[in-house]
Amino acid sequence: MAQPVTGDQVLEPVAATTPGMVRLLLSNRVAVVAGLAVLGFAAIGLLAPVLAAYDPSAQHPEAIRAAPFWHPEGSTRFLLGTDSLGRDLLSRIIYGARISIFLGVVVVLLTLVVGTGLGMLAGYFRGWFDAVMSRVVDTLLAFPFLIFALAIMAATGPNLVALVLALAFKGWVDFYRVARGDVLAAREADYVTAARGLGASAPHILFSEILPNIIPPIIVLATLRMATIIIAEASLSFLGIGVPPSIPAWGTMVADGRADVASAWWIATFPGLGILLLVLCVNLFGEGLRDALDPRMRK
Amino acid sequence: MWGRFVTQRTLQLIPVLIGVSFVVFFTMHLTPGDPIEHMLGQAGRITQAQIDELRAHYGLDRPLVVQYGLFLRHAVRGDFGLSYSHQGRSVSAVVAERIPATLELTLFAFLIAIVLAIAAGVVSSLRPQGAFDRTATVGALLGISMPGFWLGIVLIIVFGLRLQWLPISGRIDLALAPQPVTGLNTVDALLAGNGAAFLSALKHLVLPGAAMAAPMAAMVMRMVRSSMIGVLEQDYVQFARAKGLPETSVVGKHALRNALIPTVNIVALQTGLLLSGNMIIETVFQYPGLGKLAVDAIAAADYPLVQAVVLIYAVSYVLLNLGADALHAVLDPRVRAA
Repeated sequence: MAQPVTGDQVLEPVAATTPGMVRLLLSNRVAVVAGLAVLGFAAIGLLAPVLAAYDPSAQHPEAIRAAPFWHPEGSTRFLLGTDSLGRDLLSRIIYGARISIFLGVVVVLLTLVVGTGLGMLAGYFRGWFDAVMSRVVDTLLAFPFLIFALAIMAATGPNLVALVLALAFKGWVDFYRVARGDVLAAREADYVTAARGLGASAPHILFSEILPNIIPPIIVLATLRMATIIIAEASLSFLGIGVPPSIPAWGTMVADGRADVASAWWIATFPGLGILLLVLCVNLFGEGLRDALDPRMRK
Repeated sequence: MWGRFVTQRTLQLIPVLIGVSFVVFFTMHLTPGDPIEHMLGQAGRITQAQIDELRAHYGLDRPLVVQYGLFLRHAVRGDFGLSYSHQGRSVSAVVAERIPATLELTLFAFLIAIVLAIAAGVVSSLRPQGAFDRTATVGALLGISMPGFWLGIVLIIVFGLRLQWLPISGRIDLALAPQPVTGLNTVDALLAGNGAAFLSALKHLVLPGAAMAAPMAAMVMRMVRSSMIGVLEQDYVQFARAKGLPETSVVGKHALRNALIPTVNIVALQTGLLLSGNMIIETVFQYPGLGKLAVDAIAAADYPLVQAVVLIYAVSYVLLNLGADALHAVLDPRVRAA
């Protein structure tokens, strides 16, 4: 699966002011639309019980593999048609947005907090902790991410806790590298030396002085990582070892539709289109953010 | 100098490989049940003495640390025990017969990805923001944002079922299968001078190969494009132009060679990801390779087989990265010094 960005690419020094960044981001119309669309997806997920016309697991035996409404055999009763159990596709897709975004956010937050925290400590205190962490990180970098997520899920079977851990297993490393590098550079900066001279404690320097300055590249990384996580989760669910089958998820829905591609192409096609649109918007927004934060773009 | 660099990198692999094997070993220990009972579930009636013998062979009566040591010793010799789901055949035999299929598909996908990416990247860089560049950039963004399994299904629907241009499953028309020499159907068909078999094998590779190549082609194309744009602005390229060298030589020889150096790393990283995509694409296209074997083994709770395949994928990934580092060092002397 695509891993859109490595730590080094977002490691640009952030000299710009926040209002400047915001202005630059807002002037990127594509990124703004994409960001709004991601919020739209989140709103759809949150409001799923209100928006969905049917219970996502309700079966309609009289309308199995019903066609979408524009199809000659379709009707407006099921706008995007139904699957092989007669479940309304649109309702399932609306509910599917929930789990995709939920897992994307949870995994990214988990990896962000763990990776940034460890990276800041390693960059600020150096010494044995940094040495040990660097070994661990080198080892993890050599791990093929999806294959290990697959091994873990194969052993535990589909369940949400294992899925979050499997997806987070390696993801924190990217945040670690960005945070460590930025803290390493910042600890020699004048404002940190000044704070130290004034007798500020290490926690104060780390959290009040340095952290605000390293947040922008972390946010960019978090956005782009979310795209990777959503695709990885969908892939595991497609293989039947991701989200438990009782929860409607886009990857599982594509897998459900595979057997019917010849007679009912829509069952596998529409949920996948959901993944594509969400990931595309997340990527566009993340790249817009990155451009706004990259001083070289500011001409 | 170069020899020392490679030796150093190879030594660094040892802890990585130990880490990889450790994770594979312990995740499989999370699984319920006793491996021997699973193995014997297939074999039918068996004496207690035989059970004890197997248990001792795989060290299941020993402490976990010792078991891990034994697992490593067996794994190095290619002994992963008996497969639960293949009538008690040895895991290594089951795995070995699937390797050529996966190798063929992966090489094919790699080739299309690289050729497409370099061609599109170079052409895009010649006129940034031109019509071709805009189209290619949008295409690359779609390639990165599209889940491989879904692209595979869409290709099946469009090119397999609607247009009926290409086959949607398997490796070759079975009636045409050539005598196996290398196990790669395309190569074996050529060796046998059998054009029809070659064509059939090639046709079977197109759709899964394209679905597998898409994300890699997209990532590499973006890298080639941006580093070409950077290189084309440099003084020595301008100088080559000023000397009156033809544009093809300026772009193809002077610029491309330097632009490809940073590309090597991303190609290696992406090839690792190609391996991950392989499991999913083989499943979508019912392609009888290692990836589908692994996914079927997961469904059958055939843990020794899962363990072996995961280890093969992980070790290939690690070795690919080593190969890329070495190649990078050959191309860029600064890497060696660092």
